Amino acid sequence: MFRSHILVCGGTGCTSGNSMKIYDALVERIRKEGLENEVHVTKTGCFGLCALGPIMIVYPEGAFYSQVKVEDVDEIINEHIIKGRIVTRLLYMETVSEDGGIKALNDTNFYKKQHRVALRNCGVINPEKIEEYIAYDGYEALGKVLTEMTPQDVIDVISKSGLRGRGGAGFPTGRKWQFAKNSVGKKKYVCCNADEGDPGAFMDRSILEGDPHAVIEAMAIAAYAIGSDQGYIYVRAEYPIAVQRLTIAIKQAREYGLLGKNIFNSGFNFDLDIRLGAGAFVCGEETALMTSIEGHRGEPRPRPPFPAVKGLFGKPTILNNVETYANIPQIILKGADWFASMGTEKSRGTKVFALGGKIHNTGLVEIPMGTTMREIIYDIGGGCPNGKKFKAAQTGGPSGGCIPAHLIDTPIDYDNLIAIGSMMGSGGLIVMDEDNCMVDIAKFFLEFTVDESCGKCTACRIGTKRLYEMLCKVTDGTATMEDLDKMEELCYYIKENSLCGLGQTAPNPVLSTLHYFRDEYEAHVRDKRCPAGVCKKLLRYQIVADKCKGCTLCARNCPVGAISGTVKEPHVIDPNKCIKCGVCMEKCKFGAIIKA
Amino acid sequence: MAKKIDVPFNGTKEQEEKLRAELAQLKTRGDNGLMIAALQKAQDIYGYLPEAVQQIIADELGVSLAEVYGVATFYAQFSLYPKGQYKIGVCLGTACYVKGSGDVYKKICDTLKIEGGQCTDDLKFSLDATRCIGCCGLAPVMTVNDDVYGKVTPDEVEGILAKYRD
Repeated sequence: MFRSHILVCGGTGCTSGNSMKIYDALVERIRKEGLENEVHVTKTGCFGLCALGPIMIVYPEGAFYSQVKVEDVDEIINEHIIKGRIVTRLLYMETVSEDGGIKALNDTNFYKKQHRVALRNCGVINPEKIEEYIAYDGYEALGKVLTEMTPQDVIDVISKSGLRGRGGAGFPTGRKWQFAKNSVGKKKYVCCNADEGDPGAFMDRSILEGDPHAVIEAMAIAAYAIGSDQGYIYVRAEYPIAVQRLTIAIKQAREYGLLGKNIFNSGFNFDLDIRLGAGAFVCGEETALMTSIEGHRGEPRPRPPFPAVKGLFGKPTILNNVETYANIPQIILKGADWFASMGTEKSRGTKVFALGGKIHNTGLVEIPMGTTMREIIYDIGGGCPNGKKFKAAQTGGPSGGCIPAHLIDTPIDYDNLIAIGSMMGSGGLIVMDEDNCMVDIAKFFLEFTVDESCGKCTACRIGTKRLYEMLCKVTDGTATMEDLDKMEELCYYIKENSLCGLGQTAPNPVLSTLHYFRDEYEAHVRDKRCPAGVCKKLLRYQIVADKCKGCTLCARNCPVGAISGTVKEPHVIDPNKCIKCGVCMEKCKFGAIIKA
Repeated sequence: MAKKIDVPFNGTKEQEEKLRAELAQLKTRGDNGLMIAALQKAQDIYGYLPEAVQQIIADELGVSLAEVYGVATFYAQFSLYPKGQYKIGVCLGTACYVKGSGDVYKKICDTLKIEGGQCTDDLKFSLDATRCIGCCGLAPVMTVNDDVYGKVTPDEVEGILAKYRD
């Protein structure tokens, strides 16, 4: 028995902030003090509150230390571990109650509204120890499936739960499995899509890093349901920690006989391999992913035939996303009704979102479907920093759209998001404030899709490029009102004439911003003005005469000598010489220079 | 597009033996679909994928050089040209972008006088725009080899690069 447990976050966010050095320093100090048998240090998966990383929690007190540095380790050991005095200065302020005591983490604003199903073990167990997963009911669902249920029973439970694919499109998981089960064939495959390519979404990575066995267990359950004996996890090579933990987890599962031949003495065989992606966004599309596992250029294939009939290596295949799998063992153990009791009528369960951008609490949150955007952004996320005004939230990555402030009370589920011109996507939620230009954001996403279009379909390969060029004209101030209409027409053309989801959704960022922020586009075109002050070619720096003290600092720093004026008199900027580098504005101590 | 630098291919015999051994090991896996793994191994060994290396892979896997080239040029991870001793990555994922990583990227281009995908003439630094590396809490993020720098401002760029200059 240990008297104290120290949990250090070993997710990518905290690791980037040096949490592993903190872990090493803790282990070292505890060894020096001879406390190895009293205090246990462990690394866990992501706690979700990445904004405060590196994070650690000390139990039994539940002290949640945030933004810990290696230098703080001695103080934590000396004060907290040895003397039993909590280091108040490092506590996450939200966890300190009014009387100075510690509130449970689940009572803080960030965690209160969350409901963790897919993330339930992240930040709780050590992902590199299968014993810890088993202690939290791990592999019990697989045991139940293999000893008490028929494959059809399994599919019925999943269908009844209402689980839909968490990778973006929201296809009912049970139905997908049923198709694959019904397909005749000796060899079938179970695949996991861990090629998380949406910029700004990182829930799949966090699940693989924090709870890899949940995915392995779920894939084995899926394999039993459809009659497969081989699985592949296709994971981004850019996720080294996730790959390493998966490799360890697969090895441990084999050692325990939970992968391999005759699992649980049931006669069921299943094994898993990892395939590393090599950096192509289109490989998140199911047929492209399979083509890539086969070792080719990751180009999508026409459907039908659907993968459930003819997928990987021409055999019946199912492909689900990491988060979808992470829900499966819980559904088997707790039942379809339990899962269906969460969420909305057509979108059951919970969804993990990666909060990023202009928001206080960046990180991972898991909320029941039907939670409103307002609750996520303000109650959980803490709103925009620096008192800035919320302008839009972007969901669905390059396939999604921007949701404007007036729709912030929309309950989030698959169908509502599509109705307002965006989509669930894999769950990236990027918050934008008044300083972000919506045309620039649309251009940003188009640049991404131009880069990532595989080139197979003309509409996508050339259409996205032309669309990008038209957006450049808008941000350069050379577009006409007619161009806006042409852009819209091209958007629909690309959507209708592309084979796969990448092309079919690529124009969404443009369409949604054109729809909700048309005034911003028109300001760029008609008035040659960027209201957010982002588009450089449309910027004009001006000096406010009342505020200028004539200190000459700006004039001395201007690289092109565009600023003139005499000492102690207001200065002026010559717009013809100005290259809009912004140095003057940075240097001015009186806030006298504005972007207009 | 990467800047073409005339670097004569100077792979060693040891490297070639290692690659052939890795490929032999891969072939024991028994399924199809070895190409991407083969290219990943090769890039680990050589740092990039010059034509001579692609030819070895084509011979060993029994496919045409064109097929190897087709796969190598499809994926962002593979490079046909050498990278710098210090590989700089700037995250241009959405979360970093809305927090100004574009300005950081531009500052690095200006400082090193290279574009993204290129390498400095002395082969010291190369720069790439990366997709989300997954630590959005630290946005904007840049990396130099395995070092991660979070909440970077354009002003800090010079200081960070200076650490690697000599």
